[in-house]
Amino acid sequence: MHVHRFEKLWFGASLVLIVAFVGTIVYGAIGPGVAMVGDDGGTIEAAAVSDGNFEQTENFREPGVYESTDGDGVDVYIVARQYLFNPGTAEPIEVPRGEEVTFHVTSADVTHGFNLAATNVNTMVIPGQVAKFDVTFEETGEYGIVCHEYCGSGHHTMAGQLHVVPQSQFDTTAEGEN
Amino acid sequence: MATGHPDDTATHSDEEYVETAEGTRRRRAFVDRYPEAAQIVRICLGISFVAFAGGALFGLIQALHRTNVLRIIPSSDYYTLLTGHGVLMVLVFTTFGIAGLFQWATTRSLDREPPSSRLTAAWLGTITLGTLLAGGTILAGLTDAIPASADVLFTFYAPLKAHPLFYVGAALIIVGSWLAGASYFLQFREWRSENPDARIPLQSFMVLTTMLMWYISTLGVAVEVVFFLIPWSLGLISQVDPLLTRTLFWYFGHPVVYFWLLPAYLIWYTVLPKLSGGRLFSDPLARVVFVLFLILSTPVGFHHQYTDPGIASGYKFVAMTNTFFLLLPSLLTLFTVVASMEHGARQRGGTGYLGWLKALPWERPAFAGIALSGIMFAAGGFSGMINAGMNINYLIHNTLWVPGHFHLTVGTAFALTLMAVSYWLVPQVTGKRLQWRGLAAVQPYVWFVGMVLMSNAMHRAGLAGIPRRTAEPQYDQFSFQAVVGSVVEMRIQIAIGGTLLFVGAVMFLAVMLATWTLGKSNSQLRVNGFLPEPMSGAEDSPRVLDNLKLWVGIAIVLVALAYGLPLYDMVADGVLSPGSLPVPA
Repeated sequence: MHVHRFEKLWFGASLVLIVAFVGTIVYGAIGPGVAMVGDDGGTIEAAAVSDGNFEQTENFREPGVYESTDGDGVDVYIVARQYLFNPGTAEPIEVPRGEEVTFHVTSADVTHGFNLAATNVNTMVIPGQVAKFDVTFEETGEYGIVCHEYCGSGHHTMAGQLHVVPQSQFDTTAEGEN
Repeated sequence: MATGHPDDTATHSDEEYVETAEGTRRRRAFVDRYPEAAQIVRICLGISFVAFAGGALFGLIQALHRTNVLRIIPSSDYYTLLTGHGVLMVLVFTTFGIAGLFQWATTRSLDREPPSSRLTAAWLGTITLGTLLAGGTILAGLTDAIPASADVLFTFYAPLKAHPLFYVGAALIIVGSWLAGASYFLQFREWRSENPDARIPLQSFMVLTTMLMWYISTLGVAVEVVFFLIPWSLGLISQVDPLLTRTLFWYFGHPVVYFWLLPAYLIWYTVLPKLSGGRLFSDPLARVVFVLFLILSTPVGFHHQYTDPGIASGYKFVAMTNTFFLLLPSLLTLFTVVASMEHGARQRGGTGYLGWLKALPWERPAFAGIALSGIMFAAGGFSGMINAGMNINYLIHNTLWVPGHFHLTVGTAFALTLMAVSYWLVPQVTGKRLQWRGLAAVQPYVWFVGMVLMSNAMHRAGLAGIPRRTAEPQYDQFSFQAVVGSVVEMRIQIAIGGTLLFVGAVMFLAVMLATWTLGKSNSQLRVNGFLPEPMSGAEDSPRVLDNLKLWVGIAIVLVALAYGLPLYDMVADGVLSPGSLPVPA
């Protein structure tokens, strides 16, 4: 097979580029530790979520913000449904700065999205699945939560807020208990 | 390539007319040589352009609505138009456009008419019926008088439910495309029986590998629609597993972009060098590129599901590695396209490191459109690398960045290439000279400028977290902050860009309509279908490249490796579980 010298050079450079790209992702995962959504949130009965029977489920609790069971950080349980986040829409979700926040997000009806606007806190919310991921917010501030997956004719009204507050302030406003 | 046919010079010479034995001059356009195939190409392109007109109008209304410039529909109807825009553009416009291009390329390169008019009628009829059913149920959503709707977007994930006829229509479009592929394969088999030892002609090779990729990848959506969504929307089964059906959708949902892109590549490899004034750089490497797409296109769908719960990160990583290796055939194409253009420019007297660019025929719409679509695709390729990166994808997943990206790929690489090649091809399949050439010469530049404005603003808006698929520019509960520029300026760019794209679409359609209606049959065309031999021909490549069975076998093994375990994980608790009821019930 006849391949021109320049083509061979280009072929080799392309392969190096591709391997380098994959390398950056591997570095991002094990270096800075970018957390990604996997299957460790487990599955859930969609009917139990829509009926609010959370005591029947092993991997989900009444929506709210809880001190983590191991005493380190907080757990946030969020249910998305047409067209609100609970909690998030009616009142902002409050989480402490500098602690590991573990999100557990699921849906009561159709597929939704959950994105803190302009950040990489971003997950699909699929009925029957619990999206579980960790975030540590280093600064206080307010984030908009947006549903980015079309979920029905009122999709554009589905939004919420998340507030990152200093730890001292958070302790007095925690919704959940252990 | 010479085929030994007595009338061989008819499409294999760059002279438009030939002297006959009687001493008279005779035209030798595609339509004169292959009247049946030319008619099929005309039907396909005609339907494709009508779909494009509808899709373009819906696109304009959306661009003005979500930027708050002009609101003529309620926001709840926005999603009906969005579904219409998506289905018309990415299923109907593309499928018919590709069927037309492939019918032309197969017939030209194998030098024979389509094998069976009944098979032709069957595939044309099936895709058309599917289009009418899917399009009809979408449009019915705009009125309450008809109890049907399909506001489920092109990405029709359960448990949002459309009318059953929408799913039936989508299935028929796919089945029709399978039958069209069967016709190309029959045409090839007839040729093969007469040419047992010849290398597969390059264009036919590209058509066959693309169709093989399409057969493998559409299996996912066929299973989704036929076994799950149709029975479920009819009420025969009460629940489906949203994650499983979503996975089956994306099994097809990424390869479908290669089903659009590869016909554009076919034009870039075989027609663009000629329009540049030169020849293709290398036939063997073109074959390698298409084989790589056949092998690698399907096992990558999980990169659309990086943010999905329920799929282990390890499977996503395998798909990501695969996705990045798909960069390879596109990077090789970049080399070949630029090298072929440079070769053409130097044949036309161009000199210098970059000075040769000035020698290219930028005033000719067919060349300018294809070259500009290639430039835009390079930009789209870079934003695609961001999409493919498993962790940086989290920043832009489902934001406006994503439509910014695919308006450069399907919306420019494919759409502008099809429009541009039509300026060259439609005269050959109608026998009518291109009308309104001045308008045609400006049109690719209008599209280019419109897309630059709209797409760059969409990419930046995505970085600001502005979501895709929403009717509203702002939310009550918070406002978006731009990283570069301002949100208002992005909105203005999207509105102006979208308007220019609509103007570009209207200009193209006007030229086509004028050519079709005002042009005279048997006129001098000023174009010809002659495609020069590559500088390095098929004889320089190993014969194993033509062994399609081998490549299909490897492709299937890779699909099984990428999808076997994840699919097993999803169905281990039952194929319909964890299940969801349809919404609306």
